[in-house]
Amino acid sequence: MKQMTALGFEGSANKIGVGVVTLDGTILSNPRHTYITPPGQGFLPRETAQHHLQHVLPLVKSALETAKMTHDEIDCLCYTKGPGMGAPLQVAAVVVRILSQLWKKPIVAVNHCVAHIEMGRVVTGADDPVVLYVSGGNTQVIAYSEGRYRIFGETIDIAVGNCLDRFARVLTLSNDPSPGYNIEQLAKKGEQFIDLPYVVKGMDVSFSGILSYIEASAVEKLKNNECTPADLCYSLQETVFAMLVEITERAMAHCDKKDVLIVGGVGCNERLQEMMRIMCSERGGKLFATDDRYCIDNGAMIAYTGLLAYAHGTTTPLDETTFTQRFRTDEVLAIWRDKNAPSVNGGDQDVIRE
Amino acid sequence: METKKDAQEGSLILLKQGAEARVFESSFVGRKSIVKERFSKKYRHPTLDSKITVKRLNAEARCMTKARRLGVSTPALYFVDSVLYTLTIEYVEGPSVKDVLLEFGLHGVVEEKMDDITRQIGNAIGKLHDGGLIHGDLTTSNMLIQNGTNKLVLIDFGLSFTSTLPEDKAVDLYVLERALLSMHSSCGNVMDKILAAYRKSSKQWSSTLNKLAQGTIYATCDKEVESAPWLGDCYTSLAHHPLHLAAGKVTSTHDIRSPVIAWVRLILNFVYVIL
Repeated sequence: MKQMTALGFEGSANKIGVGVVTLDGTILSNPRHTYITPPGQGFLPRETAQHHLQHVLPLVKSALETAKMTHDEIDCLCYTKGPGMGAPLQVAAVVVRILSQLWKKPIVAVNHCVAHIEMGRVVTGADDPVVLYVSGGNTQVIAYSEGRYRIFGETIDIAVGNCLDRFARVLTLSNDPSPGYNIEQLAKKGEQFIDLPYVVKGMDVSFSGILSYIEASAVEKLKNNECTPADLCYSLQETVFAMLVEITERAMAHCDKKDVLIVGGVGCNERLQEMMRIMCSERGGKLFATDDRYCIDNGAMIAYTGLLAYAHGTTTPLDETTFTQRFRTDEVLAIWRDKNAPSVNGGDQDVIRE
Repeated sequence: METKKDAQEGSLILLKQGAEARVFESSFVGRKSIVKERFSKKYRHPTLDSKITVKRLNAEARCMTKARRLGVSTPALYFVDSVLYTLTIEYVEGPSVKDVLLEFGLHGVVEEKMDDITRQIGNAIGKLHDGGLIHGDLTTSNMLIQNGTNKLVLIDFGLSFTSTLPEDKAVDLYVLERALLSMHSSCGNVMDKILAAYRKSSKQWSSTLNKLAQGTIYATCDKEVESAPWLGDCYTSLAHHPLHLAAGKVTSTHDIRSPVIAWVRLILNFVYVIL
């Protein structure tokens, strides 16, 4: 008997990805395409959606070709229900609806944040970590408790990735491959530490004030030759990452967990990983982090998480395959984490066979 | 004040290692005391690290004494050492509210005790806020119930600051709400009871809760807001707030007709792929 396989569609922000994954977490293919805007500009919903429309079907073809599969061998189709930008989300939702009717396959709607966590867990082998989910749209400290991924701390305004991206626009850094990556490279040349606001509120953080401060003072400081763009990137990274490590540590102390898993686009940043590793080793824990193949939004993570739910008997009826911009991590009942939950749809047999 | 001689003068027994401080049991001039040492964090830039450590040491010492002046129970401050970054404070015997609520979660809620605790929490926060003090880290681990008197004692003022802005007060309450949700969701709606007491105790409750309601609307989905009874009148006005309407739920019907041409192209692509 063959392994259960899922085809996943991700399109919540500026990346469109399609992935083919089996239930044991093997990624058979995971192509994606990123909508890159000129320096100094962000991505707008309508243009992003049009980009996704152009690329989604070639991606489906190439995903199936790389996986050496036909659509008959797929067990279910998974897509991102939210959270994200409305227009880009719509593309994945509509494509999945059409394909499910053409191919007669069930659909599973997936929460984007939960998908990041499950992908991180299967790739790194972390069992029950505190999760720091940092990306352009989300900043959350999450831990599993009583059937759900609960949010212990989060940003009370903008996401950390958004703060970095928007600062990259001030310096007109390139958006290729991503603004965050270019900030990271530039920060390596920074020498002088510039004092910035440091905003931690309990287990929550806030970034909008830091962004306003650095946006306002950067131009002035650069004009007077008080510092270089590299110094600013370096100071911004040091400050915001220290805040993130601090709230993660608070959450670890609060719920008595030893290990940390970093997921999401900003999670690729090696300085953040280094700081988190120091903190974990001081507490006798371990850091689990992934590289850009899994950190950044991709189709495989949606496929894998959808497949977990499908193996435990969850499917989404066609008339409920909507999408939503607001979809919180703790709204999802993580049935696959419950050790006693019965497995249906033949999921059990496959697990035994792996 | 009772004096205990069981801890030797100056000796330190490690009680707990928190996220940013070690807490020791010791004795201070014959009194049982707590020594809280803030240690440096190696992951932080040294400049940032020393700035934060000094700032929080000072904040804790100042705000703890200010809270006492406002009539909120806190441990008495004995000594501040700005070289070793330590605070020596009174030892308070008793469980934390976190332990009490977790106990409720396991063995059922004792309504009488719960009402007393929530009333005291709401009262204490109301007094702090009216005095212009923001605690900054209101979690159930930072509240103790003193043995014998059953009085609520607030600890850990490291993130505290003074402010009279409704927004800062609302964030303070929001942090507490989130801590309750993530840790004690099995105890029923503890936050509602706390806010009811807060309303009675704080003279400026209206502006603070209005601000809190705004945050709730932006941060969570609509149905959760409707189920929050403490919002009362302020919700009805906010429901018609233009920002709220703009941030309304988006479903699949949203925007479905806009890029018609793009969709036609997509469908043609499908036909192409299938053929």
